[in-house]
Amino acid sequence: MANLFPKETNIVPIKIILCKVITVILIVLGITYYFTPKYTRIGYKPTQPVAFDHSLHAGQLGLDCRYCHSFGTVSSHSNVPTTQTCMNCHRQVKSNSPKLAPLRESWETGKPMKWIKIHQAPDYVYFNHSAHLNRGISCASCHGKINEMEVVWHDKSHSMGWCLECHRNPEFHIRPQEEVFNLDWKAGDGSTKAQVEQGRELVKKWGVNPSQNCQACHR
Amino acid sequence: MRYYLLGLFVAVTVVLCVVGFRGQKTERPPIEIFDDMDRQAKVKYQKPSEFFADGQASRMPISGTVPATIPIDDQYFVTGAIGNQWGDGMPKSVTVSSKFMAAGKERYEINCRVCHGSTGMGNGIVTQYGLAGVANLTDERIRAMSDGEIFNTITKGKGQMMGYGANITPQDRWAVVAYIRALQRSQKASLSDVPETEREKLLKK
Ligand code: HEC
Ligand code: HEC
Ligand code: HEC
Ligand code: HEC
Ligand code: HEC
Ligand code: HEC
Repeated sequence: MANLFPKETNIVPIKIILCKVITVILIVLGITYYFTPKYTRIGYKPTQPVAFDHSLHAGQLGLDCRYCHSFGTVSSHSNVPTTQTCMNCHRQVKSNSPKLAPLRESWETGKPMKWIKIHQAPDYVYFNHSAHLNRGISCASCHGKINEMEVVWHDKSHSMGWCLECHRNPEFHIRPQEEVFNLDWKAGDGSTKAQVEQGRELVKKWGVNPSQNCQACHR
Repeated sequence: MRYYLLGLFVAVTVVLCVVGFRGQKTERPPIEIFDDMDRQAKVKYQKPSEFFADGQASRMPISGTVPATIPIDDQYFVTGAIGNQWGDGMPKSVTVSSKFMAAGKERYEINCRVCHGSTGMGNGIVTQYGLAGVANLTDERIRAMSDGEIFNTITKGKGQMMGYGANITPQDRWAVVAYIRALQRSQKASLSDVPETEREKLLKK
């Protein structure tokens, strides 16, 4: 009777508990890592119907964002351009390029281009481009360096925590109004310190006070 | 225990290989984990809608109507024409100030510079890529053109150039006209065009 269970069985419960703890920790880590917009959204880079290249049009040609996204400063929505906006140039420039075939089809039939939407706030969130663009917040703070992207990808998480982080400390992002559409702009010598110093000044001068009330964004 | 830990290690490696790391570029649309009310059946900007037969959520204005933001009692301001002739000079509701000119400069640099060039000489960057026939805005012909006709060219386009009426408000279109006049003048300016208070600064250079 005495030798039915060998001595090592005494540590079996400890081993089981240890395995359980490790498993639980791994699951928790996995969820915090994968189940947030930092994983689910960032890096989303769909293939668009026409291989439109921002680094060529906005970077090399130096087109202003507002040539195409013309209503961001006056409306809550920053529009994707109409086919005519492209045809201004592409009736003559590369007018026979096979890459532009869907665009020509849209132009001839009058059907809109079916661009795939990348950034998409949930429908219960009220977001407003003009409130930000007229207060010295640049496209780059929320969309990354679009003027260097060949294909646009989702560069920031756009989670509620991310919105609030800036609403609490706008001085890390705010810049002079003329530089909002210049995505390469850097404060002073480009350091965070220079940005925060200038940011504090602008926040004070313009009386910027981004809301943290629930009803500012959920109305 | 050793086998269990080994199994766990394999499981973690498999998960990492399949779902990858944060920030990786992917074609997979974002997963909405708790998707309650994320996508509602309401009409949003530039979105399709199944409610209308043609699938377009944004409707065209009904013929014979105008948006409330466009004044209907000031024909010259919105069309550039008086009766059936092009008018000249700025409409009455517009006051030319340095702020107005700055708005004109801004709109010109956004919308026109790529083709017509910063100085209006018709040598914008796109002309190097095969766009031909861009007008030189400082030409005698366009100097002599009435303000109303230039306004109409911006609104509706002309010949090879398409209209920018949908992208620029009437107020800003007049500002662009004023800025083009300034560009034209700057090509043939003399010292007497410069305000006396500013002359000294120029002469020093
Ligand atoms: C020549 C026109 C043009 C110019 C200039 C332009 N864009 Fe775009 N942009 C587009 C088109 C077309 C799309 C949709 C296709 C795509 O995503 O590539 C787009 C998409 C985007 C998107 C993603 C939209 C989504 O679906 O979420 C962002 C963000 C954006 N542009 C920002 C910018 C910024 C910032 C600039 C200025 C540096 C700029 N764009 C200049 C035409 C333009
Ligand atoms: C201001 C003029 C201009 C506008 C507006 C413009 N493009 Fe372009 N696009 C160009 C030029 C210039 C090139 C480069 C041509 C070259 O490399 O010779 C180009 C190249 C392209 C190419 C590559 C074509 C090829 O065969 O390599 C694509 C695709 C394209 N544009 C799509 C678009 C789309 C979509 C829009 C509308 C959102 C647009 N463009 C608006 C001037 C313009
Ligand atoms: C404060 C952050 C912020 C700034 C600054 C910002 N955006 Fe956005 N942008 C967003 C968010 C959030 C969305 C998603 C909105 C939605 O789905 O309603 C978005 C969506 C877009 C879209 C897609 C619209 C559509 O319906 O497909 C475009 C295009 C765009 N932005 C362009 C721009 C441009 C160009 C600028 C700079 C002039 C800019 N944005 C500045 C946060 C920002
Ligand atoms: C990079 C900084 C930044 C980010 C990121 C940002 N905001 Fe803002 N937001 C501001 C600033 C600055 C203002 C202007 C405050 C003012 O005018 O005093 C503002 C104003 C607003 C307003 C208008 C508030 C009002 O009082 O009417 C809304 C709504 C808003 N933000 C929503 C959002 C949402 C939703 C997001 C996330 C998708 C977001 N913001 C992300 C900086 C930011
Ligand atoms: C600056 C804008 C902003 C403010 C202020 C704000 N929210 Fe949000 N909220 C958002 C955005 C953006 C999302 C969507 C996040 C996402 O899709 O990842 C969101 C999502 C949510 C959700 C849904 C979360 C989910 O994943 O299902 C709840 C609940 C919520 N907010 C509650 C609140 C409450 C309560 C407050 C006030 C204390 C508040 N919010 C204030 C921007 C804001
Ligand atoms: C995509 C290139 C392009 C852009 C952008 C553009 N134009 Fe033009 N523009 C042209 C071309 C090409 C012509 C020559 C039209 C013709 O004679 O067929 C022209 C002609 C003109 C003319 C002379 C019309 C006439 O009666 O001969 C005026 C005035 C003019 N543009 C003003 C503007 C203004 C103002 C803007 C900005 C809002 C602008 N253009 C933007 C290409 C462009």
